[in-house]
Amino acid sequence: MIPAAFEYYRPQDMAGVFAILQEHGDDARVMAGGHSLIPMMKLRMADVPHLIDLQDVGGMSDVTIVSHEVRIGAMVTQADIIDNTELTAVVPILREAALQIADPQVRYMGTVGGNIANGDPGNDMPGLMQCMDATFTLVGPNGERGVQARDFYEAAYITAREDDEILTAVTIPLHSGGYAYEKQKRKIGDYATAAAAVQITKDNGSCASAAIAMTNLSDTPVYSEAAGVALVGGTLDDTSLKASVAAMLNDIDPTEDNRGPIAFKKHVAGVILRRAIERAWSRT
Amino acid sequence: MKDEVTREERIDNLKGMGCSRKRVEDARFTQGKGNYVDDIKLDGMLFGDFVRSPYAHARIKSIDTAAALKVPGVLAVLTAADLEPLGLHWMPTLAGDKQMVLADGKVLFQGQEVAYVVAEDRYAAADGIEAVEVDYEELTVLVNPFESLQSDIILREDLVAEDGSIPAGAHGPRKHHNHIFTWDAGDKLPTEEVIANAEVVAEESMYYHRTHPCPLETCGCVASMDKVNGKLTLWGTFQAPHAIRTVVSLISGIEEHNIRVVSPDIGGGFGNKVGAYPGYVCSVVASIVTGKPVKWIEDRMDNLMTTAFARDYHMTGKISATKDGKITGLKCHVTADHGGFDACADPTKFPAGFMNICTGSYDIPTAYLEVDGVYTNKAPGGVSYRCSFRVTEAVYFIERMIEVLAIELNMDSAELRRINFIKKEQFPYTAALGWEYDSGDYHTAWDKALKTVDYDGLRAEQTKRVEDFKAGKTRTLMGIGLSFFTEIVGAGPVKNCDILGLGMFDSCEIRIHPTGSAIARLGTISQGQGHATTFAQILASEIGLPADSITVEEGDTDTAPYGLGTYGSRSTPVAGAATAMAGRKIRAKAQMIAAYLLEVHDNDVEFDVDRFIVKGAPEKFKTMKEIAFAAYNQAIPGIEPGLEAVSYYDPPNMTYPFGAYVCVMDIDVDTGVTEIRRFYALDDCGTRINPMIIEGQVHGGLTEALAVALGQEIAYDDMGNCKTGTLMDFFLPTAWEVPNYETDFTVTPSPHHPIGAKGVGESPHVGGVPCFSNAVQDAFRPFGNRHTNMPHDHWRIWKMANELGLHD
Ligand SMILES: Cc1cc2nc3c(=O)[nH]c(=O)nc-3n(C[C@H](O)[C@H](O)[C@H](O)COP(=O)(O)OP(=O)(O)OC[C@H]3O[C@@H](n4cnc5c(N)ncnc54)[C@H](O)[C@@H]3O)c2cc1C
Repeated sequence: MIPAAFEYYRPQDMAGVFAILQEHGDDARVMAGGHSLIPMMKLRMADVPHLIDLQDVGGMSDVTIVSHEVRIGAMVTQADIIDNTELTAVVPILREAALQIADPQVRYMGTVGGNIANGDPGNDMPGLMQCMDATFTLVGPNGERGVQARDFYEAAYITAREDDEILTAVTIPLHSGGYAYEKQKRKIGDYATAAAAVQITKDNGSCASAAIAMTNLSDTPVYSEAAGVALVGGTLDDTSLKASVAAMLNDIDPTEDNRGPIAFKKHVAGVILRRAIERAWSRT
Repeated sequence: MKDEVTREERIDNLKGMGCSRKRVEDARFTQGKGNYVDDIKLDGMLFGDFVRSPYAHARIKSIDTAAALKVPGVLAVLTAADLEPLGLHWMPTLAGDKQMVLADGKVLFQGQEVAYVVAEDRYAAADGIEAVEVDYEELTVLVNPFESLQSDIILREDLVAEDGSIPAGAHGPRKHHNHIFTWDAGDKLPTEEVIANAEVVAEESMYYHRTHPCPLETCGCVASMDKVNGKLTLWGTFQAPHAIRTVVSLISGIEEHNIRVVSPDIGGGFGNKVGAYPGYVCSVVASIVTGKPVKWIEDRMDNLMTTAFARDYHMTGKISATKDGKITGLKCHVTADHGGFDACADPTKFPAGFMNICTGSYDIPTAYLEVDGVYTNKAPGGVSYRCSFRVTEAVYFIERMIEVLAIELNMDSAELRRINFIKKEQFPYTAALGWEYDSGDYHTAWDKALKTVDYDGLRAEQTKRVEDFKAGKTRTLMGIGLSFFTEIVGAGPVKNCDILGLGMFDSCEIRIHPTGSAIARLGTISQGQGHATTFAQILASEIGLPADSITVEEGDTDTAPYGLGTYGSRSTPVAGAATAMAGRKIRAKAQMIAAYLLEVHDNDVEFDVDRFIVKGAPEKFKTMKEIAFAAYNQAIPGIEPGLEAVSYYDPPNMTYPFGAYVCVMDIDVDTGVTEIRRFYALDDCGTRINPMIIEGQVHGGLTEALAVALGQEIAYDDMGNCKTGTLMDFFLPTAWEVPNYETDFTVTPSPHHPIGAKGVGESPHVGGVPCFSNAVQDAFRPFGNRHTNMPHDHWRIWKMANELGLHD
């Protein structure tokens, strides 16, 4: 559990980051909280000869709340999210989800940006961001661009981010209605066996809109548009819940691992989604 | 002289037996001041680490160390070829087998030690490991012991004669080249006859899965050979430092007086630190070669994947009874998967440990046990993980067989237990498989347990729950787990217990200082059990000096008396007895001194808490403190100066702690998630030395039981890859997963132990595993479950429900 030798950099600004990235190309990688990257380096599954620590690069640790959206800097930690009462007041699902990530020690170090940029299907933030229709801000040597969370993930550890781009912030539109983040795991500190993020609105007693995303049930997070559509217009009776679950099951593609075989994961995904929808609905 | 303190206060001041004295160890542990092996830093110290096999079974065609030797900081790379001239490429195991120190032509399990890289620091060693090039030729892997016993593939060529015949092993004839031993106990034919003619027979096969003790601190050592005085010092995470010293001497040829083995603070052992590992041998050799101290410390993956595992027993049982539930016979066969080498840590005559305690707490007239040990391509080990030798397996077996029999009889299993318990008046009781149980009062404990949890109320609630479930009103089932266990601890009487020929006695040496404080040294070694606290309490009560004035020291073979170490709950039964006996020698001498000082005959004084008093005249006394001073400073005719004693204690018998546990669990049928609503643990460990420490031990043992029952395993795929090599997948419960435990007790002292104590550290694990498992299985009993193997993690519980048709 000892990583290969690497060079450590701690640039003070973005220009410094880009300079190192440019010089070393593929051999350089940025590090935020290090709680996904360092374990991979220790297992020698990631080889990073030039490690760029983002901790001293300013401007990525703010949370800005305006009337219709919030902007969260990439270096905001999961613990910061849990502690931020103003943020929780407007986007309560963030805290509900962050509390189910890893354990307190990890959450003090792990960042929102790292969790999102990592590309591990086990991470909880990506599905959550897809559910909330967030936009990721990427800054590269040639400027800034925005990518929708729902378009960002291509395969395990492969995202729309270019190697020389930095994720600086996420922007989340404010939602009304009910929400829930439901996760089944084997123990504290574990990644999801299955997790569901749900945002739902009600109009005149029936469902007006629903957004649903699932975690750790494919090689990417799964935004299941069909699962949301199945709920719209209904009163969330058993039939529409079943339809939503069936639509979601069509979109996921779990694999067998120590958490269990495929049939189990699908079954649990259905149960977890159903519970998430019911909880979200009860909060509308 | 007027005595101002009352007798009660004098007793309290001693903090002797029965008092919940705070642990004296904790001040340093809670302040980061412990001194563990990895805290040892010596001038010029080097680091060694292993190149390990990625394959479970492969021939080694070549090892190229040239590139590794060029890595900055790497000083040497040892391979089997380097150790062979010293005769150290193989080493003896505790089970009478031998094990490769470094791969000698082939590897037999994933993670096996192939080469040992010595470097200036652990980072250079890690880089050196990457640079060693090993050319492997993969061989067919055998991970299933039943297939292994049928296979033409020879795992251990070294154990097959040139003409192809199979020589006997350490435990007798072998049936097949991958077979290690057959060991049996009891009467085969009579048992088979009883079962054949029985009114009711229940039969079941169960697999007690492989798991691992996983102490927080992994194994490690520092070897330092002083070439000037020829003395080798070896610090390490040893549960038996004296045994290690003897073994090192025997295999290295260094005389025993020139070896000093030290176990510093140890961060948990649970059996994992009993055996001898290649890391120790290589570090010693590297220190001899380089003339510098060499440290070796496992990382978590090394520990989980290569040093001693536990369990891995495939058990088949038959239990017979009369129609009304009186058990008449029990038969058990075990196929024991020992991995690539037989490195079980058991007393020599017991290759399956004390598995023959598998008749449990029941009066079973006839029984037979047979165990076959088998080689496979898995890591070696087979240690007693928080239990006496294989007792967890035995108790799991019988407590499951009782449940299965109850199903067969359509009877309540609490009642089935009650009518079969060994009765109080039957003790000492000789069981069908040979052991003589020292004392017990099972019915009292059982009745107390069932009454406290309102057993009948729980069953009524469960019946209601099943109705609700069938009516579609709930998706949560309720399980009531019962277990009643009898442990066999305190190995053990030298007449039947030895390890590598070393008798399993233990020892205590006491030195009283002139001012009335003392130091006691023992042959055991605490790994968190709190010996420094409890042994001082035993002594306080025996010799009348305050526990706070007594230092307890263990673990340094240069100063401690010879002993066999700490595992199998043997410290209190054996070293605790030695402590009491040594204390009594002190007291005997103190009595003579007191009589002299009080100017009366020896027989006219008697011991009273912290002093000797003149019989019938308690105002005339000498305190132990005064006596200690006189022992050193006053010329007493006929008595040598000084106040010291040593005792080597060979116990006349084992001790047999027991307990009654109840677990109430709610199970989500759809997700397999379990919630432990209540856990009640009644333990009878005989005389209670420190109730607080007992409670702590019970909590710890139950938590490890929960782990094993609900998810903790060492699992392999078909290629022999270990799938659970990190704490992400190997389940180590945290405070989050652990329920509130209710503890309770009865006291049935051991009749043969000087203070009546029996040992408790492992009981909760032994009794806990079947209790948690029975709770899961009981929840599904109304739907047709008979037996389902552990671990009961989410997906396996889901599978259980699924196979019983509980998902639509
Ligand atoms: C024991 C344990 C349990 C865990 N359990 C969970 C869990 O249940 N759920 C969960 O979601 N996570 C879990 N994690 C992961 C944890 O949340 C990580 O902290 C998180 O995934 C990554 O955040 P980080 O800041 O540590 O990123 P790092 O480890 O520093 O980086 C991760 C990756 O993202 C890249 N990166 C980081 N920041 C940026 C950026 N601003 N721009 C571009 N690329 C960037 C890095 O180059 C790297 O490839 C667990 C981790 C541990 C150790």
